[in-house]
Amino acid sequence: MGLAKRIIPCLDVDNGRVVKGVNFVGIRDAGDPVEIAARYNREGADEITFLDITASSDDRETMAHMVEQVASQVFIPLTVGGGIRKLDDIRRMLNAGADKVSINTAAVFNPDFVREASDYFGSQCIVVAIDAKRVNAPDEPLKWEIFTHGGRKGTGIDALAWAEKMVEFGAGELLVTSMDRDGTKSGFDLELMQALNERVNVPLIASGGVGSLQHLADGILTGKADAVLAASIFHFGQHTIGEAKAFMAEQGIEMRL
Amino acid sequence: MERIAIINYNMGNLHSVGRAVQHVAPMAQVDITSDPKVILNADRVVFPGQGAARDCMGELYRLGLAEVVLEAAKTKPFLGICMGMQVLMQHSDENQGIHCLGLYPGQVKHFSGAHANLPAGERLKIPQMGWNQVWQVQAHPLWKGIEDGARFYFVHSYYVAPENAGLQAGVTDYGVHYTSALAADNVFAIQCHPEKSSRDGLRLLENFANWSI
Repeated sequence: MGLAKRIIPCLDVDNGRVVKGVNFVGIRDAGDPVEIAARYNREGADEITFLDITASSDDRETMAHMVEQVASQVFIPLTVGGGIRKLDDIRRMLNAGADKVSINTAAVFNPDFVREASDYFGSQCIVVAIDAKRVNAPDEPLKWEIFTHGGRKGTGIDALAWAEKMVEFGAGELLVTSMDRDGTKSGFDLELMQALNERVNVPLIASGGVGSLQHLADGILTGKADAVLAASIFHFGQHTIGEAKAFMAEQGIEMRL
Repeated sequence: MERIAIINYNMGNLHSVGRAVQHVAPMAQVDITSDPKVILNADRVVFPGQGAARDCMGELYRLGLAEVVLEAAKTKPFLGICMGMQVLMQHSDENQGIHCLGLYPGQVKHFSGAHANLPAGERLKIPQMGWNQVWQVQAHPLWKGIEDGARFYFVHSYYVAPENAGLQAGVTDYGVHYTSALAADNVFAIQCHPEKSSRDGLRLLENFANWSI
């Protein structure tokens, strides 16, 4: 026995409210981040990730306030992603009670930001989000490229080399989203996860494509991920976190039950 | 009123620790402070910390808190968390070697040394990040109501190796069988983050808040 694999529900937040239909029995207000986080905590979530999808950066304060409310009631690790561009953004989120921040676009446009952030706050709280898409032709060896803007804009950066560079710059963990699978419910890009696992030695979170409990288990067993992140499978009451954990444990995966 | 001081030396998630302590001790006055007077006058002291050993020791000296921490650790219920456990040792291998507070003889070592113990083809992700089991090897008031082998949240790349095995209060396996909690007199120190370990973590903090020496 030893370190357990993690399940991380991900919540989209707009203006301090959880959006994209979280639908639980027994919750009075489906948008209340504290109620939703408390519910996931009771179900056994190992961490919670909040993704700030607010368009304007004026709303950082709203996000920080929301994190503070959640962190006063829910005592598990919290990660905040979306719109983290400056050291000050990180400081604000950590002071509000976040344990980690996830840096995405800012890392692509200014990789040194990751180095500065990890030097200043420590690698343990710096997650780099990698949005990768397959770009090889069918008869070529597998190749993934970093995409930005929700998968619309290519950067020409090789995803595996990028992952290695981000770890060298101090990323303590990588959140890997397959832009090919995101929203498809067809499972993680397991080959992407395997390839990254060969290249880097930090914890990897698989994201993008979960449609069933088997997909979660596959991410760990075949993809070699250390944690799996999912949104809709939990939000709409399709499965509870407890069911997911029991299912994965039955397949021999070490879980915190 | 019961006063609990959380030592602020600019290293890590002090507010998270503060919030969790306040949650389990709603009647206590919880101060996040670098003021030696407040720390030494408190009834209990929590010594958290995250980040690199070099920076932690640097900040403790810069703020004049090294002696204060040692004094508090001799005189009142004292809880070290994460880096606040590691820097109680003599020496850390981090940052090419750092002299620490030296309350206990022993080293702080990197997990990479544990790779030699693993079966061929297996390796450890570093940092260890996530929920691992703490096996209680010493009866202690801080374990009250917490099952042996309960899972707590860990984030770390280094672990303590005290010379005196009698200090061990909890052990954990991550490539190596290491000391994840230690206890001596009025000091309890733990490598994981009780403030982020849900029910069992809060229970440990509550036990600390009620611990009478």
